[in-house]
Amino acid sequence: MSARSPYAEAYELKGVLASRRYFMLRRLAQAAFLLVFLTGPWFALWIAKGNLASSRTLDVLPLTDPFVLLQSLFARHWPEATALIGAGIVLAAYLALGGRTYCSWVCPINPITDLAAAIRRRFGIKQTAKLRPEFRNYLAIGVLILSFVSGTVAWELVNPITALHRALVFGLPFAATGALAIFIFDLFVAKDGWCGHLCPVGAFYGALGKAALLRVSAGGREACDDCMDCFAVCPEPHVISPALRGGKTGASPVIASGDCTLCGACVDVCPRKVFHIAHRFDHSVTHVPAPTISVTSESTLAKG
Amino acid sequence: MNAPMKNAPANPGRRKAFADLARFGGGAAAAALALGAFERQSHARPAQTLRPPGALEESAFLSACVRCGLCVRDCPYKTLKLSDWGDGPAPGTPYYIARDVACEMCDNIPCVKACPTGALDHALVDIAKAKMGVAVITSRETCLNLQGLRCDVCYRVCPAIEKAITLELSHNARTAKHAIFEPTVHAESCTGCGKCEKSCVLTDAAIKVLPLELAALRQDAHYKRGWIEKQKAGGALVDAPVKLPTRTPTGEPVPGIK
Repeated sequence: MSARSPYAEAYELKGVLASRRYFMLRRLAQAAFLLVFLTGPWFALWIAKGNLASSRTLDVLPLTDPFVLLQSLFARHWPEATALIGAGIVLAAYLALGGRTYCSWVCPINPITDLAAAIRRRFGIKQTAKLRPEFRNYLAIGVLILSFVSGTVAWELVNPITALHRALVFGLPFAATGALAIFIFDLFVAKDGWCGHLCPVGAFYGALGKAALLRVSAGGREACDDCMDCFAVCPEPHVISPALRGGKTGASPVIASGDCTLCGACVDVCPRKVFHIAHRFDHSVTHVPAPTISVTSESTLAKG
Repeated sequence: MNAPMKNAPANPGRRKAFADLARFGGGAAAAALALGAFERQSHARPAQTLRPPGALEESAFLSACVRCGLCVRDCPYKTLKLSDWGDGPAPGTPYYIARDVACEMCDNIPCVKACPTGALDHALVDIAKAKMGVAVITSRETCLNLQGLRCDVCYRVCPAIEKAITLELSHNARTAKHAIFEPTVHAESCTGCGKCEKSCVLTDAAIKVLPLELAALRQDAHYKRGWIEKQKAGGALVDAPVKLPTRTPTGEPVPGIK
């Protein structure tokens, strides 16, 4: 049982390359974020040392995951300056670049959940457990409370993101089992189950995203013909409507929700170029010429 | 008191918020409790797994270590490893097993310098003051020196030879004419590097580095050792023996007693 690809129309109108631009860029970015950690152990060429929890790039740039450090602070440990500076840099970067950009451009779990979602679309797997996206927020709070009560960096005991990254970068096979479990869960149990509903790390970056500068805008929404392809490919479909359908109420075309991962799938899939990457203050809407004008121009061209 | 109005919520939004809180909050609490039970388990570190130099005491360490592996990367001898699932120490935390690769005790302590959070205490600048564990003769029955032979390997490889391990001479009662050179660990100088355990010539090492809490080095405060108290006070703590009165019927001194 195979379903029609949501990309079919985009391939036809924009070409395959233009319809997969952000997808390919994201895969490149994800591969790059992995490779900078792997050139060291593989070729003794050290670019980034450590892993996604905390790292040192080219022996000068410290980076620390702010959510991991936040748990450590809740566990009542005051860290060395290196970790604080590292977390500050990462925090600033994601406030500029969109919060959950981490999820779709850096996180090594993303290709796995993307694959599960693609297989679901390809084979028309519709059944899904009912989960609510808000759950991850409560889980993130629960993790912080547990960190405080237990005095440990609680989520890092099971965090499948850093575990997978460790598995790949440090060669620890069993650390990858969580990622495998997520693949099976997303494929058979719940659509976009992990990233969309459960992951507390995504919830944390989503909170940053609410204030982040870089956003997706449905600035071309007047050209929308309700084909619904963007909803089919979006990992967080609920973020689209307010911006896309906001024309009637005059709402901003900027997707404001922190849940948006800026994956660009909507930009890629839309044959009518409704979406583009913008910043949060860019409320401009492109006015599409009325169809009659385009007919006239075509006939003018034909005459010419 | 209007009967039909009784079940209608005064504020439906608030009712939904409470319902959501119960549902998601409950779910999250259940997940957090399960994680909490698992967290307890993570404190159970096998005795042969040792933390890097400068590591905070285990529970403080688990609040500080972000499992980045920078210490592992900067260990020049590949002594340190990151814990995989099933290795024993909390997943992703650094450890080493002395019997596999002992700590070489680098002068510049690169692992401590690499730690971004201070889980490895940056106050440690003299590696001789590190306390990764303490060596203990765990098998007196098999230790060659204790059989009266001259193995001496643990003593010879010790980076703090004559301080952390000495050979204490005693009479060999079995042969009645030889000596036993007993390897003796002095905990105050032992860093727990594990060179002795690594080098023990026996199939199962007779000397092992144990985590400090397992080696039981704490002296109970209520035992006062007179010779130490005397040293601290700079003299006897009690006056010279009390002179008791002579109780002879006449009060005359007894011959021979002052």
